[in-house]
Amino acid sequence: MKVEQISIFLENKSGRLAEVTEVLAKAGINIRALSLADTADFGILRLIVNDTEKAKAVLKENAFTVGKTEVVAIAVPDRPGGLAGMLNALKGEGINVEYMYAFVQKSGENAIIIFRFDDIERAITVLQKAGVRMLKGEEVHAL
Amino acid sequence: MIWNEKMECMDAGEMKEVQSERLRKIVSYVYKNCPPYKTKFDTLGVRPGDIKGIEDIQKLPFTIKDDMRDSYPFGLFSTPIHKIKEIHVSSGTTGNPTVVGYTKEDIKLWSEAMARAICCAGAEPGDKIQIGYGYGLFTGGLGFHYGSLEMGLTIIPASSGQTKRQLKLMTDFKPRILACTPSYALYMADEAREMGLDPRDSSWEIGIFGAEPWSESMRKEIEATWNMLATDVYGLSEIIGPGVAQECRHKAGLHIWWDVFYPEVIHPETGRALGEGEVGELVITTLTKKGIPLIRYRTRDNVSIIYEKCRCGRTTPRISKIKGRTDDMIVVRGINVFPSQIEHVLLSIEGTQPHYQLIVDRKAGELDELEILVEVEEKIFSDEVKKMQMLEDKIKREISSILGIGARVKLVEPKTIERSEGKAKRVIDKRKI
Repeated sequence: MKVEQISIFLENKSGRLAEVTEVLAKAGINIRALSLADTADFGILRLIVNDTEKAKAVLKENAFTVGKTEVVAIAVPDRPGGLAGMLNALKGEGINVEYMYAFVQKSGENAIIIFRFDDIERAITVLQKAGVRMLKGEEVHAL
Repeated sequence: MIWNEKMECMDAGEMKEVQSERLRKIVSYVYKNCPPYKTKFDTLGVRPGDIKGIEDIQKLPFTIKDDMRDSYPFGLFSTPIHKIKEIHVSSGTTGNPTVVGYTKEDIKLWSEAMARAICCAGAEPGDKIQIGYGYGLFTGGLGFHYGSLEMGLTIIPASSGQTKRQLKLMTDFKPRILACTPSYALYMADEAREMGLDPRDSSWEIGIFGAEPWSESMRKEIEATWNMLATDVYGLSEIIGPGVAQECRHKAGLHIWWDVFYPEVIHPETGRALGEGEVGELVITTLTKKGIPLIRYRTRDNVSIIYEKCRCGRTTPRISKIKGRTDDMIVVRGINVFPSQIEHVLLSIEGTQPHYQLIVDRKAGELDELEILVEVEEKIFSDEVKKMQMLEDKIKREISSILGIGARVKLVEPKTIERSEGKAKRVIDKRKI
């Protein structure tokens, strides 16, 4: 139920994001989902790609600082209250969301939201119990 | 006016006798009272009896900052601690700070040396002096305080900072003398203009500036801005604090009080004595100190020295302005900063030693700024912004608690810091000094 995500440290300098995508493009890597968190001085780019290991390797070769984390991808029904119901289940268990970002599938009725939890194992158990649909890693990487 | 005409104007031959006698005394004194010196002498095979005169000083071992650190806190003292009346502390290269102790006689010596310095700058008894150096563990404030007392000046112990109040004190009390760091003098000028004051109308006629490197062009700027005479003072806490050497109104080198602080200039690598006018490392022997006398202390400051009599009448040798350091220490807002201190902080935080770089800058009319770049390596990287900001804050806090001054910390991408021959350049000094 876990999905591998890579994160990249970026300074707030123009062109850095373009350089990352360039490196990935040259290696034939496809980006499935992405989000960029930024502060005044630096940003952290998070990516889900079709080939995590290869992406990590080529980025490191190009002197980027790369981390790997596990996140959960949840299919949220594309209707009012879809997300609220799911978050309520987590609230009761005291699980914190460190960050999240959404993307909409090309065709389909679900929005897919990527969650980074403080305690991923417990989050998965709780979500399973609540009947929330989580995507498998292979599914997300192959979207 | 010359404060101690006898010592400051003595002819070289007579001075040599004074110095020789004092050297003989101090050598037997440390040999008897300071075990680390006894060991140093014995290792080198020198006995106090071998030292007949000042020309024998080259037979003696050097003392370095590490000797002080290794014997932290009081190991290098030659006096039992209960006889020490005052302790001052400055930053060390790593971990432990450098500790110095003054006996009652040492405070007298310091007062005398500082009185000579303030007088040499052009002060007259009865003048008011505004002391804008920090009071406390740093020797700047109290050194000037003791010297001013000795000289019979009216002291305004303003200490450092609080610029608006400094300017009010100046405007209302009209002191003739200002003592602070040169960059602070320029910084105050901007503030004065903002307050609607014309710096050229200030009551300050003479400035005694030191505790950080500064250039001739900065002197010109200060003099033009404040319409005052700007003189350079030199000192280091290991020797006594401020007051080791001071420029007179001719601004032709700093008079060093060689009857008490005997100077040599050596080649920093070979230790060989250099001739008049050659640039090398300044080495000082404290000829009369009691608490923590130092034999041939290597200051790490590069200077040249001249022995010619000055137009002011003093016969003491004169050292040039500091022309750099033999180590990688930088002075930021009067505080000594060693890259190794930053290294220590980083190591203690993450157990890893990322590449880092110190950048010091001084924008026109502003105080020195220290920025520390830290390369983000995998070990310290997190995908969470919160954690990265916590790391940044932690580094910042630890650094300011160790150095006593604030610094900006900037996390940068790997390979950002320029490397030459695989070694990262630790310090970039952008100040125009």
